[in-house]
Amino acid sequence: MSAETLSRHDRQSATTRAVRSILASRETAIVLVILAIIAVATAMNQSFLFSGQGWRDLLLTPSILMVMAVGSAVVIITRNVDLSVGSTLAITAYMSGRLFVDLPGTPIIVVVLLGILVGAVLGLINGALVAFGKVPALVVTLGTMYIYRGAVLTWAGSDRINASDMPREFLGLGTMQIVSIPLLTIVAVLVLIVAGYWLASTRSGREMYAIGSDPEAAKLYGLPTTKRVITAFILGGALAGLAGVMYAARYGTVSASAGLGWEFQAIGAAVIGGVAIFGGSGSVWGAAFGAILLMTINRTLPIVGIPDFWQRAVVGALIIGAIVLDRYLSVRRHRKLQEARDKA
Amino acid sequence: MSLSDSTPVLELAGVRKTFGSVTALADGSITVYPGSIHALVGENGAGKSTLIKIVAGLHRRDSGIFRFRGADAAFSSTAEAKNAGIAVIYQEPTLFPDLSVTENIFMGRQPRSRGGRIDKQAMQDEAAEIFARLGVNLDLNRPADGLSIADQQIIEIAKAISLDAHLLIMDEPTAALSGVEVERLFAVARSLRDEGRGIVFISHRFDEIFSLCDTITVMRDGSYVATTPTAETSNDELVTMMVGREVADLYPKTQAEVGEVVLAVENLKSAGTFADISFTVRAGEIVGLAGLVGAGRSEIVRAIFGVDSYDSGSVALNGSPVPKGQPSAAIRAGMALVPEDRRQQGLVVDASLARNIGAAIRRRLSRFGLITTSAENRAAGPWAGRLEVKTSALSMNAATMSGGNQQKVAIAKWLATDPSLLIIDEPTRGIDVGTKAEVHRLLSQLAGEGMAILMISSELPEVMGMADRILVVGEGRISAELDREEATAEKVMHAATARHEKNRQEAAA
Repeated sequence: MSAETLSRHDRQSATTRAVRSILASRETAIVLVILAIIAVATAMNQSFLFSGQGWRDLLLTPSILMVMAVGSAVVIITRNVDLSVGSTLAITAYMSGRLFVDLPGTPIIVVVLLGILVGAVLGLINGALVAFGKVPALVVTLGTMYIYRGAVLTWAGSDRINASDMPREFLGLGTMQIVSIPLLTIVAVLVLIVAGYWLASTRSGREMYAIGSDPEAAKLYGLPTTKRVITAFILGGALAGLAGVMYAARYGTVSASAGLGWEFQAIGAAVIGGVAIFGGSGSVWGAAFGAILLMTINRTLPIVGIPDFWQRAVVGALIIGAIVLDRYLSVRRHRKLQEARDKA
Repeated sequence: MSLSDSTPVLELAGVRKTFGSVTALADGSITVYPGSIHALVGENGAGKSTLIKIVAGLHRRDSGIFRFRGADAAFSSTAEAKNAGIAVIYQEPTLFPDLSVTENIFMGRQPRSRGGRIDKQAMQDEAAEIFARLGVNLDLNRPADGLSIADQQIIEIAKAISLDAHLLIMDEPTAALSGVEVERLFAVARSLRDEGRGIVFISHRFDEIFSLCDTITVMRDGSYVATTPTAETSNDELVTMMVGREVADLYPKTQAEVGEVVLAVENLKSAGTFADISFTVRAGEIVGLAGLVGAGRSEIVRAIFGVDSYDSGSVALNGSPVPKGQPSAAIRAGMALVPEDRRQQGLVVDASLARNIGAAIRRRLSRFGLITTSAENRAAGPWAGRLEVKTSALSMNAATMSGGNQQKVAIAKWLATDPSLLIIDEPTRGIDVGTKAEVHRLLSQLAGEGMAILMISSELPEVMGMADRILVVGEGRISAELDREEATAEKVMHAATARHEKNRQEAAA
């Protein structure tokens, strides 16, 4: 076979493949499910979509979880996991409020940057323990989840930051809209676009997938695995830190129990969005769509008249369903590829 | 090429590497010239892998000369060796299953356009170009998952080409390939040679070595033996160089009285792994399964013991059939299997000696479902004493024992079940010489007491020294059955590489 026919054959199948892969991708499927849910909810209650409040909540509610899910997705892609991001969120959310109380007049941008920085440092601690201590991420971050939460409990006690403690401009950011799109949503989408570009189109981003796909092979390839894993944790922590600041601005009240259980929602969103729990595949886009799906379902179920208990059960069912679907698809793919090989 | 052809691309002389008290490589020497395919041969444990790992940057040598393209070299990581221009293709390719074929080739070295963005088109084009040159038609965008070993090796080779490697090392690349695939690999290797690259080719198959390589270096016991042009040597001469050593008192084999048939295997078959396996083992007899690594020996005993299932055939122990795929049934029937990898499969290394020995007879030890430490110690005591396991107390952790003692504990664990057939896979791998003799004495003693023993060993002297009968397995089939008296190292090696002999005869006819 000559080089020309080979490449022409490749190009042809590349186009069909691109179309097919978009149609068959997890991201597309989730967007369709989200649209279907919105359609049902709107049919039952017009104001779910067609009211200023409804439209705003639709976009605003998932924003914070989206930011956290993007971070979790990057960590999971490297075959690790970070359970401490909910506690990190609590620390930076409370810290934001504290800064306004103790140092009145602190510029908002300083608060935002400090939140990201503190989150990054907490992530670095996780990453260093995992990469240098060779301790499984599940164990390390389970420990730091309690330690970070303990730190914020000690710091805050039963104290809570109220809306009246924080400047009006800061709280305004939480609900501000630019051309009817909430600012926090814009932030989340920007984070998503940058992270998505990085993972898909740069060497370091692709190496994240390689490390998660086969850590031993990554070492034999000579990839800087230690550095990359630490980077993933720093990024996950920094995004959780940012999410904490967003949390303070959005809700106005922060107690030591802020973001309790959010780490699992973030991981759940990533898994539902097609990020393989053992690393190596998936995208931050899927994770972000997974976050939107989770939050939208949570808001829709009461409208449909499903009691509170079942709302949690539905989330659980979605996660299990996503994993079973993944497993089924990968077994099928594996078998297909092998059959094709045996025929050849 | 900027360097003249007379400068060796790789030069090792007197390279030494020890791990603790074990000398893995005593005198590693090889000189590879550009435009040459150089075979490196030797028995298992001759030090080939250690030598390769030093060149690849996985190990650092203790002493000796290591020059790459005329300059002294000491790589401390695989990345360094790779950047210098050394590509290694391992027996088991190491790819990223989730990533595409193209990404697997270029991972870590993707062509970039401005701003650090990966130039996917350039990457795709370059991959297509390499594949066109190799004459393979592989979908560039499919994931590496599910590719045959042959195709995975093609990716490894494409990687080496894209690296523009000066030295390509292939560690038993053909072990899992079919005939057509081997031919394709050889065609690629020859074209790389013609471009002036140096190639090191490790293989156990003599036919491949003779048809592909121009020079052969033989190693034995961690040391260099000889280097010879392929044209000036023969199959027999190579075998003699590889195995030529004395079989000393390491093998205290005593003649035992051979009794009834204990194990009868008939027409055992597992598609793609082994076929037509029929043999018997009698009471008091030690039967050795010889052959090359990957010939299917371990798979055969795993099937007999019920760890793996098989397609057709039958296994009978003491006259009654053993159901397939049920290790627990095999144990009840009176079989015991001491696996090759003690640490992973044979022992609970974090548990005490007594607990390990008691593990296989847990049910018998338990009272009302509970097992007490004293019951374990009572049961373990006589066995540990008999095996001369040198540990101060039965409570010592298996992890802290020497390899020899671990092996004895692994054997003791099974002896406690009072088996009529003992299957033992590589009984003395990684064990020092002194303990080796003890393990051998034990096996001989057990046979003397009427136990039937089936022993897999890749060490020729061990098989010849210990077995009453030798079954040689080649490519999933029993290619020869030799009695103790008629067996010679040469005969066993010839049978293990029988395919080669057949090919030669056909070529001559």
